[in-house]
Order: sequence, then C-alpha cells, then structure tokens
Amino acid sequence: MIDLPQIWFVLIGVLLVGYAVLDGFDLGVGMLSPILGRTSAQRGLLMETIGPVWDGNEVWLLTLGGALFAAFPIVYATVFSGFYLAVMLLLFALILRAVAIEFRHHIEDARWLLFWDGAFWLGSFLPALLLGVAIGNIARGLPLTGGLYTQGLLGLLNPFSLCVGLLAVAMFAMQGASWLVLRTDGELAASARRVGRVAWVCFVVLWLIVTAVAVIDAPDLWANYGSPLAWMAPLVFVAAIAVTGYALWGRHERLPILGSSFSIAALVAILGQALYPALVPDRTAGADLTISNAASSNLTLTVMLVIALIGVPIVLVYTGFVYSRFTHKVSSPTA
Amino acid sequence: MLSAVDLARLQFAFTAAFHFIFPAVTIGLGFVVALAETFRWRTRSEVWDRLAKFWTKVFALTFAVGVATGIVMEFQFGTNWSRYATFVGDIFGSPLAAEAILAFFLESTFLGVLLWGGARVGSTLRWFSAVMVSFGAALSGLWIIIANSWMQTPAGYEVQGDRAVLTDFWAAAFNPSTLPRYLHTISSALAVGSFLVVGVAAWYLLKGRHYDVARRSLKLGLIVAIVASIGMFLTGDTSSRQVANTQPVKFAAMNGLFETGEGVPMIIFAFPPGDEGPSDLPSLAVPNLLSLLTTFDVNGEIEGLDAFPTDVWPPVASTFSTYHLMVGLGALMLLVMVVGVFGWMRGRLERWRWWLAAAVVVTPAPLLAVQLGWATAEIGRQPWIVYGVMRTADGVSPIVSSFDVAVSLLMFGVIYVALAALWLFLLRRVLMAGPAPGADGETPVALPPAAPAIREPKPVEVALP
Repeated sequence: MIDLPQIWFVLIGVLLVGYAVLDGFDLGVGMLSPILGRTSAQRGLLMETIGPVWDGNEVWLLTLGGALFAAFPIVYATVFSGFYLAVMLLLFALILRAVAIEFRHHIEDARWLLFWDGAFWLGSFLPALLLGVAIGNIARGLPLTGGLYTQGLLGLLNPFSLCVGLLAVAMFAMQGASWLVLRTDGELAASARRVGRVAWVCFVVLWLIVTAVAVIDAPDLWANYGSPLAWMAPLVFVAAIAVTGYALWGRHERLPILGSSFSIAALVAILGQALYPALVPDRTAGADLTISNAASSNLTLTVMLVIALIGVPIVLVYTGFVYSRFTHKVSSPTA
Repeated sequence: MLSAVDLARLQFAFTAAFHFIFPAVTIGLGFVVALAETFRWRTRSEVWDRLAKFWTKVFALTFAVGVATGIVMEFQFGTNWSRYATFVGDIFGSPLAAEAILAFFLESTFLGVLLWGGARVGSTLRWFSAVMVSFGAALSGLWIIIANSWMQTPAGYEVQGDRAVLTDFWAAAFNPSTLPRYLHTISSALAVGSFLVVGVAAWYLLKGRHYDVARRSLKLGLIVAIVASIGMFLTGDTSSRQVANTQPVKFAAMNGLFETGEGVPMIIFAFPPGDEGPSDLPSLAVPNLLSLLTTFDVNGEIEGLDAFPTDVWPPVASTFSTYHLMVGLGALMLLVMVVGVFGWMRGRLERWRWWLAAAVVVTPAPLLAVQLGWATAEIGRQPWIVYGVMRTADGVSPIVSSFDVAVSLLMFGVIYVALAALWLFLLRRVLMAGPAPGADGETPVALPPAAPAIREPKPVEVALP
C-alpha cells in the first residue's frame, strides 16, 4: 500500500528544492547586482543572464503554493494566514522584481535604469530573507492555539529564525555567484567568483550557528537523527558544500553551481527529515500539523499524483531544452 | 468602519479585477501573435516578421504585469480566506496546482525563448514558442475557470465534517458551468486582444503610419474580432441558460425579475432596480423574449426572486446593472465589427475614416465588458462563497484583523495604481514607436505595396526535441 500523504510530503520537498535551486540563483543575481555591477551596463548584463529563465523559475513557487493548497490545505491555510503581513511583504517584493526585470530595458535613461536596479535588488533580497525567516519559524515550530498561529509579525522575529533568514540570503548569494561564474566571463566572472567565496564562508558560518542554536532552541529537530542511515543527507550536504568551496577557490566554471545546487537540495532534505512526519510542528501543546491530520483525501492526492507524474517530466524536458539554448557567456553583445 | 470580511472582499475584488485585465489581454493577443508567427514562419515575409515582433512586444509588457499580480491570487486564498481554503482545499487546490504544472510553466518558459532568444533562436523554434505561449495562456485559463466554476456550481464532492471532500474528479472539474463559462471567457479574451489589434491598426491608418504592418494587423485582427464577437453572444446565450438552470436566484437578479411569471419580457433598457424591489421608472422590453430564450417557449415560466428567501438574494441592483451594461457593450462591439467586415468585403474599409475612428474608440470596450461580466458572476453568487454550500462571511481568515487587511489593501492600492500608470505609460511608448521600419524604410502613404513582400534568406532551422 502506497502511503500518499508520505509521497506528497516528499514531493512538496522536491518542489521546494526546485524553487530554491532555480529561482535561488535569480534571487542571488538580484542581490549581488549592486555589488558586482558597477555600471548600469554591467547590471544590465547580470539581469540578462537570468532574463530568459527567471519567469519559469518563479513558477516553481506558484506550484509549491498550489501543491500545498491541494495536498495539505490546513497547512496552507494556517501558515499563509498566520504569516499574513510577512506574506504581503513577500508579494510586494515579488511584484517589484517581476516588473523591474521586464520594464527596465524599455527606456535608456540613467535615473530610470537606476530605479529599476534598486527595485531588482530589493525584490530579490527581501524574498530570500522572508522565505528563510518563514522556514526558520516552521522548523522551530509555531505556537499554535486551537490550530492557529496568532503571534503576528513580531512573533516571527526570534533569533533562530532570523539566523535561518540570513542563512537563506547567504545561500542564494552563493547560488547566484556560482551561476554568474558559469554565465559571465572576464572581470565580471572573476569578481563573481570572489563574492561567491565570501558568500560560501558566510553560508558555512551561518549554518554552524543555525545548527548550534537548533540544539538549544529546537531540540525536537534532532529526534529523527537516531539511526546512522539518517545521517545520509547531512553527509551529502557536507560533501557538496566542500566541493562548492573547492570549485570556487579553483578555476572550475560548472562545478560551483553544481556543488551549490546539491548543497541546497541536501539542506532541504535535512530539514524535511527533521520535520517528518510534521509539516508544521506545534511548539506549545504538541498538536503538530502532520501528514496524517493535515492531508487531503486519498482521491485528491491520487489525482494530483497523476497530474504531477504526467506534467513534471514534460516540464523538466522543455526547461532543460531551454536552458541548453542559453549556455553562452553574456559579456559579448547578444545579437 | 468596514468589517474584516468587507475589507477582505474588497481586497480580493480589487486584486482579482486588476489582475484579470492582463490575462484577458494576453490570452487574446497571444492568439493573434501565434497566428502572425505562423504566417511569418510559412511565408517568411518581412512584414509578418515585423508585425509579429511588434505585437510580441505589447504582449510581453502586459504579461509582466499579469505575472506580478497573479502570484497574489495564488496566495490570497490562504492569507485572507483560510477557513474557505481549509473547507475546499481537497477540491479547489488541485486546479491551481495543475494550472502551474500543466500551463504556466509552458507559457513562462517559452515566453523567455520568444523574448530573449534573439538570433540564437531559429525561425521554427520562434514559431513553436509563440504557439506554446498562446496554448499555455488558454490552458491556464481553463484551470482557473474550473476552480471558479466549482464555486458557482459545486459538483463531485460531499461534505464530511467541516470539509468538502472530492468524490468524483471529473464531475468536480467539469461541473455544470465549467464549459459554458470557459468558452465565454475565452471568446471574450479573444475579443479583448483582437480589438486592441484592430484599434491600434486603425489608429495607424488614420495617422498614415506603418501602413504595411497596420493593414495586415487590421485584417488579421478583424477576422479574430468578428469570430470572437459572435462567439461571445453564442456562449453568453448558453451561459445564461445554464445560470437559469443551476443558479436561479442569480438569474432572477441579473434580469431584475422580482416576481415569478410566464411569458417574461426581456429588458433592453431600464433604470436599475433597487435591492428590494423593482424600479418604477420607464423601461424598454421585448415581450416574451426572456421566456423564449431561456425555456424555448414564449410562455415559459421563469422563477423570480420571490421564489427564494431574501437572505439568499444577491445584491440585485449591481448584479442587474453590470449584466446589462456588459450585454450592451457586447452589442456595440458586434455592431462595429459587422460593419467592419462589410467594409472590408467591399474593399473600402481603409478609406472609411469614420469606421477607423469608431474602431479606435471601442478598443477598451471588451476589457470593460469582461470586467462587468466577471462582476455579474461573482456579485450574483453572493451571499455564497461556494454556491449553496458555504457563505462568504464564513470563509474569511479568523485571525487576520481589519488592521492587517487595511494595511495590505493600502499597499495593493498604491502598488497597483503605480503599476497601471507604468503599464499605460510604457504601452503608449511602444505604440507611439510602432513596429520596426521595413527594409525599404517606412511607407507612410496609404498605398498598397506594388511589389510582393520582400523575401528574407531562409534562416537556419533549429531541430526540435
């Protein structure tokens, strides 16, 4: 007997990995844009590296939202209404980023370009931070009263979650820099590599801090790490992050983004394994929202599984095809 | 002071109405772009090339705002309507997820190719991308209409405890109103896109600009516009019978029918009724027509609002007014396009300056009609969030305060007004600049080109997977 809620728990994780890996480098490029792009023309080039793909990448977030709604409606309802103002801020940032990318190139005016460069930065930095803080709070467990989170925006600002927020910022910066190492050349690629190293160091330090704080602040996260098999994901994570560092300090062009993507995937796996079988742990009464009490009916989960099994492979095929069409270095004018 | 429910409804109505401007344009315009790309790909004509590129630019500008405002919709059921989301999640979440997986990925990914591809993308891949974008846009609409139609005419479910549980996927997806409403929405969206093409082309012809592109845009737009305008009425007719069968209270409110009767006349023009009773001002009506159209019998009986308790009446005045204004605009649109086809068949259309001016004036009419029609559908559904099953007031998030919603509503108000202004500003720039000039420079005078279209060297074909 296949356990559908279990499968959907894993699939939600897969969608989160897809989003964090793919839109991760878009957000990273946006965050690094003012640091790496000294001139307006350079910032235009940086944006061009993600131009053809960013929109498709963001659909992973929409899919994640839709899949959560369909598979675990109570989690969707509790988290989104509980994190109300934070979600509104996230929407504000994502709107800003979308129009910045599509409107910027319309007018060649210094102030116009500068305005949208600023919007692009803010619209990339804020989602990274907010998504990190949100996931930090979920990992730490929410104080649920009657199945609802009622502490508002200020309740989200605890040290552990803020650290996870910063971790997400560093992670996406590393991912963005690694992407730019692959897709730019010359001086731009060299400075992307340097910034990537800084981001790597920040990422490793923050990861150690988050892990240490988790021991004190979220001891329940360790409950699933009893057996040696459970240490697979952390091992993969450590290996991937080591490879990323090695690649960033060396001369590799493709290895940094590969290593960084695997680090992200492994980090999501670590989180999923720590949470299981809960999606949102309850910090106060132990009334967790789990795969058994928050899931949709088996019929809905089956229908969704069929849709995912047909749809996702097709998506991966044409997404892969489009990525393969845009592998050139963007420093030369694309005519 | 407005209650949290009122504010949440206001925010949803505002963000949905604003968002829906953009998909309506992109579904319609996407279809025109796909047609233009097909002609370019088949004929390799330089004029079709410039025409397709020009409309793609307008498409992209609009698509960007649609993307930006669409994410808000996906999350808002959870943020503001968490009780609703919990109640219907087993049914309502799937179409949203399916939309993203099966349609939105397609649209977004291939639009990236179309916009940023440049010379890296060959002729065939460019055509294929345009077709995929258009297909994705239309498919994405289907899933959204499935979700919304389930709120209108729920089917394939049973209520177990405090949740509606799916019992039959196909019955839920293709509930009684899905297909009529989808076809009506798509034909209206085609009207929105094609009227824009016709309007802009007519304006260029009036100004004597971009003659070659304007002339072909006018023809192409006109064909789509006449089909869409007729389709709108046919599907609207089917839709209204479907509403009469499945949502009789809404139907009575749409027609301002307070008393059940036989041989009911159809109101052509009237002052809107009140929410409690009919207006006593004069009106113009065709005897027995509503009965005939609804029951196929001139003396057929139609239930009025008096057949239902007042606590399930929608706001009658606004349901009636939005519905009649929509139909009126539709009639005006159809008239303009019928005259246009007549002029075109006589080969005079480009010289009928009055018609060209009229085509420019009616450009936004379908957009307005779409908004009014949507308002009819949603206001007419009240007081239910799921018709006959859950009341709107019971669907709101219990913990989101009036203050929270006021803050977000203010934020959306400010951002959306700015977005609308920016979109119109950039759209105006794109339209003023017009399509790229042809190889032999612009042809400002309204003369048919003597020589056949210039043939480009065959571009390198790109193999498709």
